[in-house]
Amino acid sequence: MIKTNPIEVDRDKGNFHYNTDYEFDAGIGLSEDVVRYISDVKKEDSWVKDFRLKALNTFEKKKLPTHWATKDLENIDFDIIRYYLSKGQMPSRTWEEVPDDVKRTFERLGIPEQERKFLAGVEAQFDSEAAYSRMKDDLSEKGVIFVGSTEGLKEHPEIFKKWFGKVIPTSDNKFSALNSAVFSGGSFIYVPPGVKLEQPLQAYFRINAENFGQFERTLIIADEGAEITYMEGCTAPKFETSTLHSAVVELVALKGAKIQYVTVQNWSNNVFNLVTKRAMAHEESEVRWIDCNIGSRLTMKYPGVILRGRKARGEVLSIALANDGQHQDTGAKMVHAADETTSNVIAKSVSIGEGRSTYRGLVQMPGHLKHCKNNTECDALLINSDSQTDTYPAITVQGEDHSVQHEASVSKVSAEQIFYMQQRGLSEADAMSMCVNGFVNDLIREFPMEYSVELKRLIDLEMEGSVG
Amino acid sequence: MSTLKVHNLSVNIEDKTILNEFSLEVPAGEVHAIMGPNGSGKSTLSKALAAHPSYDVLGGTAELDGCNLIGMEPDEISRAGLFLAFQYPIEVPGVTIANFIRAAIQARMEDSKSFKAVDYYKELYQKMDDLGIDRKFTSRSLNDGFSGGEKKRCEILQMAMLDPKFCILDETDSGLDIDALRVVSAGVNSMRSAERGFLVITHYQRLLDYIVPDKVHVMWEGKIVRSGDKELATELESKGYDWIKEELAA
Ligand SMILES: Nc1ncnc2c1ncn2[C@@H]1O[C@H](COP(=O)(O)OP(=O)(O)O)[C@@H](O)[C@H]1O
Ligand SMILES: [Mg+2]
Repeated sequence: MIKTNPIEVDRDKGNFHYNTDYEFDAGIGLSEDVVRYISDVKKEDSWVKDFRLKALNTFEKKKLPTHWATKDLENIDFDIIRYYLSKGQMPSRTWEEVPDDVKRTFERLGIPEQERKFLAGVEAQFDSEAAYSRMKDDLSEKGVIFVGSTEGLKEHPEIFKKWFGKVIPTSDNKFSALNSAVFSGGSFIYVPPGVKLEQPLQAYFRINAENFGQFERTLIIADEGAEITYMEGCTAPKFETSTLHSAVVELVALKGAKIQYVTVQNWSNNVFNLVTKRAMAHEESEVRWIDCNIGSRLTMKYPGVILRGRKARGEVLSIALANDGQHQDTGAKMVHAADETTSNVIAKSVSIGEGRSTYRGLVQMPGHLKHCKNNTECDALLINSDSQTDTYPAITVQGEDHSVQHEASVSKVSAEQIFYMQQRGLSEADAMSMCVNGFVNDLIREFPMEYSVELKRLIDLEMEGSVG
Repeated sequence: MSTLKVHNLSVNIEDKTILNEFSLEVPAGEVHAIMGPNGSGKSTLSKALAAHPSYDVLGGTAELDGCNLIGMEPDEISRAGLFLAFQYPIEVPGVTIANFIRAAIQARMEDSKSFKAVDYYKELYQKMDDLGIDRKFTSRSLNDGFSGGEKKRCEILQMAMLDPKFCILDETDSGLDIDALRVVSAGVNSMRSAERGFLVITHYQRLLDYIVPDKVHVMWEGKIVRSGDKELATELESKGYDWIKEELAA
């Protein structure tokens, strides 16, 4: 009945070799030497090196959160991971070695030729200079800084140091500590007061092996009244040799600023995707996380907003698709820390085959605040009889003055629905796809156009494997 | 020429035999009505012909234009030209009428890219107007929260848009008021042609005043026990089914 995930990559087919040039290879496993080494390669200032070393210490002391999360985390072997590979050392293989099913998926998703090679691990570099350079002039004219984490910390400490590691402290959880010790890649962005960027900034513009690495670090600061949309990821299956992806993303929206952060990720089935994402929203600012998680063995990701200024708004819109062998443990955190703050969470999950999706929410409204509002809606759709879903909303509301709304639903695609749709001529897989697309449609509409089209195609592909 | 030929069809549901060597032939261009008491197997016949997965076909054949439907997938049967207007249309949340009918049409096209959205909407709106369906319904989820009458109109709308060879209408009249009945019947009548056949399942003579059948069959315990012209429907209406039962017992 249940077939394998069509985008699964057979890892034996490729013949990967690592170029072990000492200069750019941190070796296997984690130690103080490795951390020092990474910092040295990047020629970092001593405060950054100290930050890393302290983080390593925290990482070693912290326990895995398996008292509440899945025990599968215990299967991560931190001793066999390579914590730093610069671009020269990324695994390489030829296009011929890329499995046919992966090629077919690229074809079906309509991924441009050039990007396919990068995504399949054939090319370490995706040349987007042309697209980016046009934008770069425009950005620098406006005073926008858009650089990698290394450059951001070295060239612009006066801007980034103040917030780096402040929204998500190193000790937040074991994986934020790990990231703080070994991070590389990611984007550091600063948008000056009043600058409203109409075009979204894309991680793609600055893509290289490092930016698509395992331990990205992103920090976006929107100064007063500034507006920015940032997009990362794509719907194409990302070929991964590393099994642990653990990013940290911090957003700071100063007074009246607006940040929208869009993520679409499609990991291969062997990846642990353990990401900490949080925003600090100041007075009358707005932060919106739009998040779509597909694939991976285990994703744990709960984008959060600390609503720390009066009338700040936080929003999380999230779609998760869990297929066979996949567990999407996602949700949102809304911490109300000022009067008249509002938050909105809409989470939709689809479990296919033996896939499992979990929603974990956290909403906090202390009693001394006035007129805070939260709306949470989480809906789960189960496709097959083995599909699983569970929900853990943690809503702590004190005081009389707040308004909280919580709705949850679990629905199933019924055999009668599929028969009805087939009676009109749709194949079983098309009928399933329509039901799933219908279920997530109102959220997909919130994604930028190019993503929403790809997402629909991707859902079609995932559904093909679910009918038997 | 679309003739439906059912021969000795036996159908089980959950190990209970509902159709027992059922036979019926509806030549192209004709409208046949099936009447019969509740539970006599009328819906079973329509769903078995459409290959509903809960119904087991034990034996017999069902041919549309000489093509045996038994063993085909429900969507293949649909694309082969058989349309079933459901007695109880299913609600499909999130899937809009416009998108659904469009997908059904594209499923019938050799090259779905040759689909012309402008022409499609023109035709869709025209047929919605004819059937008295508000154009706003295009963006409503399929049957989701529809009244009984709205569901039935929506079935006929789909039938009209998909241009099937053979149509089965399962109690399309139930739940319709007299005005709706007139509109829906006009929709069906406008589709009558020398090429297309209809099987109309109903309890009431009333519908057959509007959709005048060429033949009327009475179904009882999974078999056709009597056939006649449209006068038979009138007779049934006045005498009830007991009259047939008594005759059969005699
Ligand atoms: N899903 C089902 N499970 C068990 N029995 C069923 C099911 N559907 C129909 N039946 C039985 O099959 C018989 C015929 O039903 P049906 O075809 O719906 O009759 P009609 O449409 O003529 O009223 C009835 O006895 C009914 O109880
Ligand atoms: Mg019936």
